[in-house]
Amino acid sequence: MNRRGRLVLGVLGAAVVGVLLWEGYKAVGDPDGTVLFGTRVLPRTDDAAMPHVWTILSRFGEPELAGGHPIWLVVLQACLFTLRSVAIGFVAGGLVGLLLAVLMQRLRVVERGLLPYVILSQTVPLIALAPVIAGWGGRLSIGTYPWQPWMSVTVIAMYLAFFPVAVGMLRGLQSPAPIAEELMRSYAAGWWQTLVKLRLPASTPYLFPALRLAAAAAVVGAVVGEISMGTRGGVGRLVIEYSREATTDPAKVFTAMIGAAALGLAVAGVVGLSEFLVGRRRVRA
Amino acid sequence: MTAVVLEGVSKVFNAGRAGEVTALTGVDLTVASGEFVSLIGPSGCGKSTLLRLVGDLIQPSAGTVTVAGKPARTARADQEYGIAFQQAGLFDWRTVQRNVELPLELRGASRKERAERAREMLELVGLAEFAGHYPAQLSGGMQQRVAIARALAVHPPLLLMDEPFGALDEMTRERLQDELLRICASTGTSTIFVTHSIPEAVYLSDRVVVMSARPGRITDVVPIDLGERGETTRQSPGFFTGITKVRKALRGDAMPLVSA
Repeated sequence: MNRRGRLVLGVLGAAVVGVLLWEGYKAVGDPDGTVLFGTRVLPRTDDAAMPHVWTILSRFGEPELAGGHPIWLVVLQACLFTLRSVAIGFVAGGLVGLLLAVLMQRLRVVERGLLPYVILSQTVPLIALAPVIAGWGGRLSIGTYPWQPWMSVTVIAMYLAFFPVAVGMLRGLQSPAPIAEELMRSYAAGWWQTLVKLRLPASTPYLFPALRLAAAAAVVGAVVGEISMGTRGGVGRLVIEYSREATTDPAKVFTAMIGAAALGLAVAGVVGLSEFLVGRRRVRA
Repeated sequence: MTAVVLEGVSKVFNAGRAGEVTALTGVDLTVASGEFVSLIGPSGCGKSTLLRLVGDLIQPSAGTVTVAGKPARTARADQEYGIAFQQAGLFDWRTVQRNVELPLELRGASRKERAERAREMLELVGLAEFAGHYPAQLSGGMQQRVAIARALAVHPPLLLMDEPFGALDEMTRERLQDELLRICASTGTSTIFVTHSIPEAVYLSDRVVVMSARPGRITDVVPIDLGERGETTRQSPGFFTGITKVRKALRGDAMPLVSA
C-alpha cells in the first residue's frame, strides 16, 4: 500500500479506536466514575458527563438555539474567526522567532543574554498574561483604527508561537559542520552570504518541526486567550458559553471542543503540506 | 614565482591562558609555483594548523604568510586557493553541479559562466553525468571528487588539501591520487597536501615536509624524484627509497641513508 493510503488508514483507525474507547468505557464504567483512594481518576459515565458519540455528532446538525443557525455553521464561523488570530499570530511569531534566532546566532552575547528570557517568557502562565495584554490593548489604537479584542488574542498566539521557532532555528543555524563554515570563510563569504547560502538551507530540517510546534502553540494560545478574555466571535468563547449549558445540553460543549481540535488539525495540516511541498524538491536518499 | 612563502611562522592557541598550546614554532617554508608539497607527521604536529594558516582560516601569532605574492588575507579575499578536507563537506541540499558552482556564485559569476565552469570541472574529475545528482546519492570517493572539483572551480593557482583521501578505501585512494596528479599537472596548480600516509606523501609529492610534535615544527624536508608517475611507480626502487627516507626522517633518525 502506498504512503497516502497508510496515512488515511491510520487517521481513520485512530478515530475508530478513540470512539471505541469512549463508548467502551461508557458502557462498562461506573456511572459515578472510578474512584481510587478517594480521588476520582476516571470520569462519570452518565450522559451528562459523557454523551454518546452519536449524540454529539447529531448535535452538530441541530440549531444552536431554537430557530437559530445549525450548530456546525456556528462552530465553523467561530473557528474561522479564531483562525485569523491563529494565522496572523503564527506568521508574526514565526518571523519574530526567526529574527531572534538569527540575532542569537550572530552574537554570542545576545544568545547568552537573551535565551534565558526567551525561556522565561514561556513559564509565565497564559491565564495571568491574557488580561494584561487585553488591558494594554484597550489603550492602543492603530492610527485612527481602534484596537480590536481579536488583536489581543493574536498577540497571545504570537507570544506562544515565537518560542519553538526561536529555539529550533537557533539550533538549525548552528548546525553546519565546522568545515562547512571554514569553507565559506575560504571563499571570503561574509556573514550575510554565509547565512543565506549555508545556515538557512542547513536549518530546514529544524525549521519544520519547530513550525509544527509553533502552529499548535498558536492555536492553543488563541483559544485559551479567547477563553480567558471572553473575546466575542471565537471558538474559545463558544467553549465557555456552551459549558455553561453542560447540565441541560451536555453534547453542546463537545461540539465546540471538537471544533477547536479540528482548527488545530487544519493548521498543522497546512504546515505539513508546505513541508511536503518543500521536501519534494529535495532528494531523499 | 613562488606560490607560498612562510617566514618565521608560529602559532600559539589560547595565548596567556591556562590552556596555552604552541601548535607551531619557527616555520619557514617556500612552495614553488606548480610544486606538490606534502606535510606529514604524527597527530598534533600542527600540519593542519599550518594548512589553515596558509588559507588564512586562522592567523599566525608571529611571522608572515604570503600566498601568490600577497598577504594571506588578501589572497583569501581574492580566492587564490581552493581547499578540500577529509570530509567532502558537500551541501546536501544542492546538486553536484550547484555544489561545484558555490565558490563561483560567491564571486558573482554569471549563471552561464558558472554552468560552463562546473561542467568543465566535473568532466575533469570524471563525474559529468552526475551533475544533477545529490551528494547523498554518491559514494564517498565520488563525493571527494566533487569536493576537489569545487576546490578547483575558480581556477585557483593553489590547492590546499587536508587529508582528503583519509576516509577512503585503498583502491579508491590510489585511483584518486593518480587523478589528482593528472589534474594538478594539467592545470599547473601548486598543492599543499596534508596526510599521515607515508606512501601517499611519497607518491604524490615533489617534496615531503616532515614535521614533529610538541612543539609543532618542521624537522626535515625530503625531496622526491620519481619523474612521471605511472603503473610501475609504486613498485619502483625509487619509490621504496623515498618511503624509507621519509620514515627515517619521521623517526628522527640522523643516520645517513647509505647505511640502510
